[in-house]
Amino acid sequence: MTGTPPPLTDDAGTGLRADRVSRTAGGALVLDGVTLAPRPGTVTGLLGPNGSGKSTLLRVLAGVLTPDTGVVTLGGDPLGTVPRRALARRVAVVEQHADTQVDLTVADAVRLGRVPHRRAWSPGTAADEEAVRSALARTGLTDRAHRTCGTLSGGQRQRVQIARALAQEPRLLLLDEPTNHLDIQHQIDLLDLVGGLRLTCVVALHDLNLAAMHCDHLVVLRAGRVVAAGPPRDVLTARLVADVYGVRATVTHPDPDGRPHIRFLGTTSTHH
Amino acid sequence: MTGSGTGPETAAPAGTERAAGTGPATGTEPVARTTGKGAGRGRALPSPALPPLAGAAGAVLLCVSVALAVTVGPADIRVADAWTVVASHLGGEPSGLSAIREGIVWDLRLPRTLLAAVCGAGLAVCGAVMQSLLRNPLADPFVLGVSSGASTGAVAVVVLGAGGGLVSVTGGAFLGALCSFALVLLLSHSLGGSTDRVVLAGVAAMQLFSALTSFVVMTAADAETTRGVLFWLLGSLSGASWTDVAVCAAVLAGALLVCGGHARTLDAFAFGEDAAAALGVSVARTRLVLLTVTALLTAVLVSSAGAIGFVGLVLPHAVRALAGPGHARLLPLSALAGAVFLVWADTLARTVLDPQEVPVGVVTSLVGVPAFVLVLYRTRSGR
Repeated sequence: MTGTPPPLTDDAGTGLRADRVSRTAGGALVLDGVTLAPRPGTVTGLLGPNGSGKSTLLRVLAGVLTPDTGVVTLGGDPLGTVPRRALARRVAVVEQHADTQVDLTVADAVRLGRVPHRRAWSPGTAADEEAVRSALARTGLTDRAHRTCGTLSGGQRQRVQIARALAQEPRLLLLDEPTNHLDIQHQIDLLDLVGGLRLTCVVALHDLNLAAMHCDHLVVLRAGRVVAAGPPRDVLTARLVADVYGVRATVTHPDPDGRPHIRFLGTTSTHH
Repeated sequence: MTGSGTGPETAAPAGTERAAGTGPATGTEPVARTTGKGAGRGRALPSPALPPLAGAAGAVLLCVSVALAVTVGPADIRVADAWTVVASHLGGEPSGLSAIREGIVWDLRLPRTLLAAVCGAGLAVCGAVMQSLLRNPLADPFVLGVSSGASTGAVAVVVLGAGGGLVSVTGGAFLGALCSFALVLLLSHSLGGSTDRVVLAGVAAMQLFSALTSFVVMTAADAETTRGVLFWLLGSLSGASWTDVAVCAAVLAGALLVCGGHARTLDAFAFGEDAAAALGVSVARTRLVLLTVTALLTAVLVSSAGAIGFVGLVLPHAVRALAGPGHARLLPLSALAGAVFLVWADTLARTVLDPQEVPVGVVTSLVGVPAFVLVLYRTRSGR
């Protein structure tokens, strides 16, 4: 489990690929030789305790942070050579908690997704409006298009962020713990939505059972290193949960499709 | 707000400075709301207010305001008189007015009114850009320490005779503003460069230069100089010349072009710098370009007219509330609203205690403080 994990299926043609990426922050190694190549059209879940490097990895994949060593490529080109706007037309990001003080309507917020498609001074085109309309429809927000973002519930606000990301018409969607602050119904709702988008998605998650339910692939980080990668039934074992999270658990496979279910029993620490 | 919504043209002639300031935006509000609601049910997406109409109405209102403001004052001058003077200076027939009256129009009131319009427009645009860029609703053109730096520069020239007569007050103010802005950039960069650091560095610079100004004035100036400095610190358009108008208008035009070209980029900052970066904005470059442009514009305006407060802080909020947050509309409408507002504020400032003159900054603040409190109240209840 501590050895180098096998890289996921490579997709050098069009996809995003991180190759032995490392990044330090404040002198500490936050990412340590991470290799990741999400398979097109699938949902890859990033797991790991707080501080294991999930957010940093997503920021490196989004090109917001540059890796200290290693390289992230998009369709074979290093991210550093892809212009920012071109990158934003192919890779969209949904943050953990997007907040604004601006009184934006839902439609305004979703229109921001067209920023990378528009030049300075140019008015919006029919394609822009069509992309916004379709993004609103896919996220079920059409009826709320002129509500102010501030009047929406947390789950709806996250939907707005996903709609905005869809308006970018990306091939790849990066989501950083999008279900934080949501109740369980909205968590499942949101991940169902993400799974149904038929985009390549990389989503950082905390809840192992939600990850098992909604992800095609899982990558588990600990202290900036990939300690396991593969389909949920191979990755989520009692041993891994104990090793990575320090929690005793039993793992069963009640579903016919083999998706595991984790039942937590307590921490592995000997102190009580 | 007055909200009759019958159109700014009808409101303008009767307008006090207050009605005039909110006129163009008030006129568009009901229309914008209706459009939004009507569009929601059908296929069309809710689309923001009507920029061409609001812009045109604002421009008409500005022209009317300037024309009317020129006629206000102790010397009785009509719009037609002003027009013939302008026409004669643009190469037409002689105006037929006496030299004194012609001088009042061409050398005093017209440059002063135009400078008010240019300053109001510039300060409001700077405020709108700063608030979005720094994601701080209380940011204004002076948050980068520009005005306090300008004050120190001006005081150094007036009181201490810095520059040995080679540097004018305007020049000294401009140099002071640049020094202060450089200090803020340096400080915020070494503090990590995030937006809240920029604001904090600006506050620090503001305190430092204000203290320096006070120190110089208290220790070295006589009563008469102090009064002159004070007038300048509070903002005054009384020294307006055609050179001031030309310089300020040219810089304003350049700044409007740059900021307008960044309108969509500014929109992208709504959810923060990381979100903007993920939308393809190069955050560091954008911030440097826009901070520099707004600081330069503010420096030029402050050098000519002193530190006129509150226009940059309050007007963008008013326009945002009425016309929505999109910068493609916000920037031009803020410019128009700022111009109209300051034209009337200055008209009030020079007539209300005639023959005494009130610093225009006092007038803008007397109107601005209640509006400022309203903004604070709104932000609180919105949280």
